[in-house]
Parts: sequence; C-alpha cells; structure tokens
Amino acid sequence: MKSINVMIVGVGGQGSLLASRLLGAVLVSEGYDVKVSEVHGMSQRGGSVVTYVRAGEKVASPIVEQGEADFVLAFEKLEGARFAPYLKKDGILIVNTQEIDPMPVITGKTGYPSDALDHLTGIEVEALDAKTLAEKAGSVKAVNVVLLSRLAKRLPFPKSVWTKALAETVAPRFLEMNLRAFDLGYGE
Amino acid sequence: MKKLMIGNEAVARGLYEGGLTVVSSYPGTPSTEITEALAKYDDLHAEWAPNEKVALETAFGASLAGARAATAMKHVGLNVAADPLFTLSYTGVSGGLVVCVADDPAMHSSQNEQDSRHYAVASKLPMLEPADSAECLSFAKAALSLSEEYDTPVLLRLCTRVSHSQSLVETGERTVPEKKPYVKNIEKFVMMPANAKKRHPVVEARTEKLTAFAENCPFNKIENPGRKIGVITSGTAYQYVKEVLGDTVSVLKLGLVNPLPRKMIRDFAAGVETLYVIEELDPVIETHVRTLGLDPIGKAVFSPIGEFSQATVRAAFVIPDPAHLPADPALPARPPMMCAGCPHRGMYYTLAKNKVTVLGDIGCYTLGAVPPLSAVDSTLCMGASVSGLHGFLKASDGSASKKTVAVIGDSTFIHSGVTGLINASYNGSNSTVVILDNSITGMTGHQQNPTTGFNIKGDPAAKVDLEALCKAVGINRVKVVDPYDLAACDKALKEELAADEPSVIISRRPCVLLKYVKPKPALRVDPQKCRACKKCMGLGCPAVSMKTGKAKIDETLCVGCGVCSELCAFGAIEGGADR
Repeated sequence: MKSINVMIVGVGGQGSLLASRLLGAVLVSEGYDVKVSEVHGMSQRGGSVVTYVRAGEKVASPIVEQGEADFVLAFEKLEGARFAPYLKKDGILIVNTQEIDPMPVITGKTGYPSDALDHLTGIEVEALDAKTLAEKAGSVKAVNVVLLSRLAKRLPFPKSVWTKALAETVAPRFLEMNLRAFDLGYGE
Repeated sequence: MKKLMIGNEAVARGLYEGGLTVVSSYPGTPSTEITEALAKYDDLHAEWAPNEKVALETAFGASLAGARAATAMKHVGLNVAADPLFTLSYTGVSGGLVVCVADDPAMHSSQNEQDSRHYAVASKLPMLEPADSAECLSFAKAALSLSEEYDTPVLLRLCTRVSHSQSLVETGERTVPEKKPYVKNIEKFVMMPANAKKRHPVVEARTEKLTAFAENCPFNKIENPGRKIGVITSGTAYQYVKEVLGDTVSVLKLGLVNPLPRKMIRDFAAGVETLYVIEELDPVIETHVRTLGLDPIGKAVFSPIGEFSQATVRAAFVIPDPAHLPADPALPARPPMMCAGCPHRGMYYTLAKNKVTVLGDIGCYTLGAVPPLSAVDSTLCMGASVSGLHGFLKASDGSASKKTVAVIGDSTFIHSGVTGLINASYNGSNSTVVILDNSITGMTGHQQNPTTGFNIKGDPAAKVDLEALCKAVGINRVKVVDPYDLAACDKALKEELAADEPSVIISRRPCVLLKYVKPKPALRVDPQKCRACKKCMGLGCPAVSMKTGKAKIDETLCVGCGVCSELCAFGAIEGGADR
C-alpha cells in the first residue's frame, strides 16, 4: 500500500475542514490507516490555515513536513506558493488561482505576488479558477469540493467512492449543488 | 466499525462509554470539542460553566453525589481550576472524576505554552497521556475506573496535535455503573486543618501505590526491546519517534505520565547503550529519569520551545530531511485578523482614534492589537483587563482615568471580569470598562454562555442581564452602544472617560459569523468621489483595499456593516446597512 500525504491549505473560513473530512472518509473506505490534523481557534480568523491528511499501511505522525507531501491542495494562490516547499520532488500543487489579500497587502505595505506560482520548479502545478466553477455549480462555498475533485482525479479510487463520501458528509440540502461542483471539477 | 475521530471526540466517546453522567466545562482551544461532543448525548448532563473553577467544582459535586463526572479545559484553564484541584487530591472522590486538560505547544491559539504535567506532579494526581484518538477513547474510559479504584481525580493530558488530529477508533457500548449512594463523611470531605492533616498521608500512600501500578500497567509499554538505542517518550512525541526511527530503536512509551515508574525505567535503560528522553515542552520525564541516577540525552538536544514533528527527530539523529523547494521569504505573511463586519472593529477604531490606553483580554478581540488598529496595550489572561485597569489607575495620577480603559468580551467578563469590576467599584477606581458583547463565545467557535440566553444544547436558559449586573456591583453609569455607530461610540467613550466615577460601556452587536446574523448587501466605492485619503483603510477591514489607487470593496467579503461609509468624508462609499 503506497502512502499518500496531502496538505490542504487556504485562508481561514474557506472550508478546508470539509475537504479534509471528505478525503479522510474516502481513504478510510479504501482501507488505509489515516490521520488528519486540523487547526482550530485563532488562526481560523482570516489567517493561513493548514490541514494535513496522511494515509498508508500504518501512519504515525499526524503532520506533514517540508518535502513530504505528494499533493498540496491550495484554496488560494499565495497560500499555494507559501506551502509549495512541503511538496516532494515531482509533487503536485493543485491551486485555486483566486487571490485573497492578506493584511500586509490590504494596508499597502506590500503588493500581492500575483506571479508567485511562476517561479516554482521541480513540481507540477495545476492551476484552476475554482471560484468560477463553484459559482457555476451554485455557490462560491463549493470551491472546496471543486478542488477536491481535481485531487480525486489523480488518486486511484473510483469516482463513486467520492460521491458516496459527499452524500455521507454534506447536509442533504446542499448535496445536489456539491455533486454538481464535484462533476464540474472532475469532468467526465 | 472503525471510524475517524478527532482526539477530543474520542475522549468524549470514552467518557460516555465509561458511564459519565455529568460534564461541566468552560471552552478553550484545543479542548472545546470534548464537551461539545458530550453535549450531543441525551443520557448525560453537559453544560458550559462560567469558568473552569466552577466547572471542576461542579464535577466534584457530581462525584460527591456518587456519579461519574468530568471537566475539560485548556492548559491555562487549569490555572483557574487549580484551587479545587489541589484539595481534591486530598479528598479523593466518590464517583470517578476525570479532569481533561489540553496543552497547546506552539501556541496555535494560546497566550503561553505551559506544560500541565507540572500540575500532576504538584497536586500529586495521576495523569494519563494518550498519543492518538484510539488511546483518547481507551484512556478516558479507563480514567473513570482508575479514579474510583485509587480514590483520586485523574488528569487526562492532551495537546493540540492529539486533540485536533483525526485517527481511527473503534467504539464500544456505554456502561453506567450504579450510582454510589451518598454517604456523609466529614473526615474525608471537609478539608479543615484537622481533617486535611489526616488526608495528606493518604495522598502520599496513594502515590506509592500508583507508582507500583506504573511499573506494570497497561498504559506504559516497551516496544522493540534489545536495540542499542532506547527512547523514553510519550504523547505526540512518540508518534514522531515511530515515524522516523520505526523499529530500529527500543521505545518505552509512557501513557501514565505521573507518577512515573522507577524500576521499569532503570531496567529499560540497562538494556540499551544510549538512552534518550524525547518529550515536548518541559523536561518532566527527563528530570525524573535523572533522579534515578541516569544520564539521558534530552533537553540538551530537544528544545523545550514549541511543538515537535518528524523533522525534530530527524535533526537529532542526523537524518537528512527530504529535498524540497526553498521557502520564499518575500511572500507576504497572512496573520489572523478580525472578520469583515466584526462588531469589535468600530469600538476599537474609536479607542485608537481617541489615543486611549487599552488593557485588553482574551478572545477574538485580542486581534485589536494588530495593525492598523494597534489598539490594545496589554493581554495577560482571562479577566485581567478589568482588574489590571484598576491597579493601573491606582498607580497613576488622576489624569490616567481620562485616557485608559479595559476591554473585555461578554463571555470573558462572566468568566472572571465581573470580580475585577467588583474590586474597581469596592476599592474606588475611576475605571471605564468596555464590554464587547457579541452575544457568543467567539474565538473557540461559538459556544453559548450565561449572557446569551441559551444553554449548550441551544435550548433557552436564564440570561444574565449585563446592565443590571454592573449596576448591582455598584456601577451607576452603564451605557449601551452599537459599535456600528461610530458617532455613538465616540460620544459614549468621551463621556464615560470624563465622568468622575467608574462606568461600563456595553458595545453590543452579535458576531457576524452567527447563523442568524444575515449579511446586508455589500457596499460600493464610487471612484469618482474617492479621493484616496485612505481614512477607510484605518479600520483594518479585510474587505477594503487600496490596490488600484482608489478604495475598493471586495463584495464577497463585505457584509454591509457600513462603518467605512461613516468614516468617508466625501460620501464615496455607497449602500450598506440600514439600521
């Protein structure tokens, strides 16, 4: 059983907890030992948030260190660039191109590094406008599911296990919209 | 069936299966979800108490009545609950009593990184420390029985990476032992000197019994004996040791971290050539190991600062880290900040504008200290704003009371601010206290509190009337303002600072993240009218920026609070709140 290390990064309030819970549920259903490390509390207030998801035959540490991640799933461009050093050589950064200004940019102390992804070498970068896809599905809140669907495409599990996990995790009234978001990201 | 659970949920499950019937807690990251998860069960009583001392005393009362009880708190909460804790060590229990305490190494959401194992040593109480969710469940369950067997409260120590990491657990059935009958026992439960003197030897004898238990208990285990290197470890540090060193070293994993075994450690040390103690935060295990005459490699290599990871262990054993891209130091940081539309912002802006010295407190509103508002001068602990202000004024001349205030949240005020207000009133300082009443306990993720009118299950409950409470302790001047109304805030602040008696300003508006608070349409900037004076930027609102040379409002973030439009002298910000 090949181990899988994923980091889900973004800005507090973007819904990364749901993405990590979905991914965790899928990995458990596929027979992996799984650990997911979440962040609660102050950093959730608009700060950088990081969730680690690790799966394998037997997982000890709940966290992922620099150079250990197979995938970084970034909900925001700057956060994608910030956590790219956590990828293994040839690791994959799946990144939403949405830009959310951090306070030093808002106050004008510095500019937003729009070209931050351009300098990344030795890794694969898959950049997408997940916000637009989520809006197309019915809610900007579905950015998390759109991004997760891109990761799903690269993992060796059938699409059905993902939609099953969605059905079991998401509130029924939001399921249809989330399934639409998943399909839009995953494609046929 | 195995399922993923965060450590806190697993602790709750273990307590539930172990027959817990009463839990009383005060929220605090990273401990909060223990009590929240217990509140989902209908066959026990769960509650939020005003503070950790009240919570532990409530759990004590339930134990005294013969039921199994628990409380959960963050590390600094145990400071508040330390008074009952130390004497509970003397009285012991009737029904099993478990005190869950969650440390926060690296201070993800805390003001210090104290190591609560010192409390176990100082109060002479047994302490269990799980290393993953499965152990959270089994240790919590066992702690209830251990408590009754040894007639002692049991501490269950967690840390952020255990509390907030999901791993697989297998759940079992709930078994509630028959409630013990209440039996009056003055010598055991009335801790006046004559009785307490008789109880102290009982405590010492219990520690000896527990030490003997530690030598051969299911919580302490040796893995891979016979290797050259031996590692004594516990908690998350154990996971990092296993991750990096696997089966190449002998490991003594301690699950009972107080009292610590003696013979087991000596024997383990005798079987290896090099002995390590790898523990997060302070050298508690290492100090014990040294008293046994051993000389392990410990804090000389493993820092007492921050949290560990596999990289910590690799560095100590000179194992290279995997190759990776360099971090780009030029990327702008993303510190946490107050949300767009946060009701605290208007009051902080008013305080900053009036150049007021602000003694702050613990909560989301501590973020008023970050630029551009930079409106907070001190943050110490729960309640210290109000009592600190009183002392500040007593040490200063009269002019200080005209430019100094305390700022405290509604939940924090109930926790331990009201006692400071009683002191200010009783001992006569001309304090101006601002209660930021956002109608919820915000930072820890929206817990009800005695001022909200709802209990932990969301059912209607008695509601503390803050205005009446302040008046009852002797404050005559109590004003309520809406923090979205900058003019009203400014007027109230100026009036109360000028007044020659203590006063309270209640800055009242519910947290914008509450589900029942519906956002208003986003505001817009008319670029023709905007003169780029940057006045609106002084609010530090994440929805307002100045990237294009003119102010711009991000419509996905703006909740239409209208505070920025009140500031704009050119009428350039349109739309927004219709109050």
